[in-house]
Amino acid sequence: MASGAELTPTSYMTHHLTNMTSSVGEGAFWTLHVDTLVMSLLLGILSFGFLWSVVRGATSGVPGKRQAFVELAVEFIDDQVKSTFHGDRHAFVAPAALTVFVWVLMMNAMDLLPIDIMALLYELLGLHNWRSVPTTDINATFALALSVWLLMIFFNIKVKGLGGWIHELVCTPFGKNPLLWPVNLLFNLVEYVSKPLSHSLRLYGNIYAGEIIFLLIGMWAATGLAGTVFGTMLGAGWAIFHILIITLQAFIFMMLTVVYLSMAHESH
Amino acid sequence: MNINFTLFSQAAAFAIFIWFTVKFVWPPLMRAIEDRQKTIADGLAAGERGKHELELASHRSADALKEAKQRAADIIAQAEKRASQIIEEAKGTAKDESDRILVGAKAEVEQEVFRAKETLRQHVADLAVAGAAKILRREVDAKTHADLLTSIKAEL
Repeated sequence: MASGAELTPTSYMTHHLTNMTSSVGEGAFWTLHVDTLVMSLLLGILSFGFLWSVVRGATSGVPGKRQAFVELAVEFIDDQVKSTFHGDRHAFVAPAALTVFVWVLMMNAMDLLPIDIMALLYELLGLHNWRSVPTTDINATFALALSVWLLMIFFNIKVKGLGGWIHELVCTPFGKNPLLWPVNLLFNLVEYVSKPLSHSLRLYGNIYAGEIIFLLIGMWAATGLAGTVFGTMLGAGWAIFHILIITLQAFIFMMLTVVYLSMAHESH
Repeated sequence: MNINFTLFSQAAAFAIFIWFTVKFVWPPLMRAIEDRQKTIADGLAAGERGKHELELASHRSADALKEAKQRAADIIAQAEKRASQIIEEAKGTAKDESDRILVGAKAEVEQEVFRAKETLRQHVADLAVAGAAKILRREVDAKTHADLLTSIKAEL
């Protein structure tokens, strides 16, 4: 490996799981994971730039292959949103769901890049620690989940009004009886805390675990001929299986976003 | 697993991408899709209407055909009736004509007979007169008894 003279499993793992950081202020909090941000921005610009370039020339007549592909994706998202969200989904929820799905899918898909070859390429560019997959960074998934959470609160207040939202926090799910208010509030607080946590950790955990498996296979591949042969086969198998995981996780993340936003729009 | 400033930068990027999609990606594509859906729906409706009209037209043409056949049958029946009528009339006329001819022929025959009888009588009278004249040559003068002879001739 390009990382150093002495290669141990620990140093190998650490090398692949360390972000490139940049300090933007005093303290541990004010550091920035440059690789996460750059990769996610790059992927976002690529995907949404592609969508935009296709959509700009969109015709209502016979669509070209690229437009048909984009329409396929968009209508898939639209169908999912339609079945969950009852309201004017075109105003915000459906395009937001499209954003989440496309972006998360692209970020997850970076997991399929061969880690060691990519590490070599990054090394050539002078980037010693550079992680390709933004969704293996808890900051990235938590940022998405937290944004959705804030949107959820925003729509709660927008649709029901501040009073309506507080009323819902206090009076659901058990009932309007004042004796039940603390229980209701506690219940809702737990729900509000658990939503962004489960939302972000599910995605993070799945993709992170997938990357760890790739690293373990990579380590096995370094042990000799048998390791290389089986490591290759296992790596290929895991990558094929991982196609399912990255798509599924992107879909689940998108669906949860839609469900949370729909719940925010509906009164109990 | 350390939460740091990346969170905010990532959230900001997310916000920008959502805004971009909401503003620039979703509406034009939806417009295109909805326009196409409308076009297809219109086309299907037009097709349905065409089918319906075809059905109506085929009904109408079948009716017209039926009516035409009916009329043709009527005309043929009328013509046959008329033909038999004409034949009957012709038969009647022919019968009348033949009767008339028959009557004329009978009358002629009677006339002929009468004339023949007359001629015969004339001849008989002439013979009688000639005989009587031969007998009465001397006593009877043709000139003086002409009246008498004529009356005898008439009586015969």
